[in-house]
Amino acid sequence: MKLPIEQDRIEKQIELKAPVARVWRALTDHREFGEWFGVNLEGPFVPGQPSLGQMTIPGYEHGKWRVIVQRLEPERLFSFTWHPYAIDQEKDYSNETPTLVEFRLERKGEGTLLTLTESGFSKIPAERRLEAFRMNDRGWARQMEDIASHVEQTS
Amino acid sequence: MSSKRARGVATPRRLRQFVPIFAALSDETRLSLVTRLIDGFPRSISQLTADSKITRQAMTKHLRVLENAGLVRGETAGRECLFELEPRPLEEIRDYLDQVSKQWDVTLSRLKKLVES
Repeated sequence: MKLPIEQDRIEKQIELKAPVARVWRALTDHREFGEWFGVNLEGPFVPGQPSLGQMTIPGYEHGKWRVIVQRLEPERLFSFTWHPYAIDQEKDYSNETPTLVEFRLERKGEGTLLTLTESGFSKIPAERRLEAFRMNDRGWARQMEDIASHVEQTS
Repeated sequence: MSSKRARGVATPRRLRQFVPIFAALSDETRLSLVTRLIDGFPRSISQLTADSKITRQAMTKHLRVLENAGLVRGETAGRECLFELEPRPLEEIRDYLDQVSKQWDVTLSRLKKLVES
C-alpha cells in the first residue's frame, strides 16, 4: 500500500474574480447561498442558531439541510457545523460528531481568495495525524484538473 | 468527463462506520504500529517489540485493539502469530474524504460562476 499522507481535513482554495463584499453576500445572504449551494433555506443565518432547508440539487432533492451556524465575521469568516452529506433520510445523524465548515475570505488584488476548510472527520489530535489518511498527491492534482475543466465547461 | 463524474450522486458514506477505526488509531503506539505495518509485510510480536520500549504483553493488547477495529489481521504461522495490516479501512476513509472533497469542488465552482457573472 502506498503511503499517502495527511490528516483529517479538507482544504480548498479558489480565486474569485469578484470583490470581497460580493463574495461575502453570496456566502451569507441565505437566498444567494441557496442559489449556488443548491438548497432552499427557510431564513437568514444567525450565529448559534440552526439553519434549516431543503436541498434542491438534482439527485439530492430529498435531502434536508440542517446546520448550526457558528460564526459570521463580516467579509472575513463564515462557518457552520454539519454532518457532511448526511442525506440518507432514514438515518438519524444527530449522534454523529459534526464537522466544521469554514469559509475564509481574503482580498487579492481586485478579487477574492476563498479558503474552504472542512475539519473534524476524526477526533485524532493534529499531532497524531497519520500519514495514511491523506489523499495522495496524485489524487489532489487530478482534482485540481477536474475543477479547471468543470469551470471551463460551465462558464 | 470530470463534470459528469463529479455530478453523479454518490452514496454518502457515513462517518459513524469510521469511528471505531479512528478510536483505535487515537493512540500513539497503535498509530506507529500501523505506520510500521503499512509496507505490507507481516511481523511477529517479537519483531514488533524488538526495537520499542513496550512489553510483549502491552504490544499484544495494542494489536488486539487494532485487530478488533479491522485494521490488522493476525495469522498463526508455526509457533508465532504474524500480524499484517488490513489496508481496506484506511482506503475507505481516504475514498470517503475524496468524495467529500469532490463535492466541494463542484459546489465551489457554482459559487464562482455566480459571483463572477
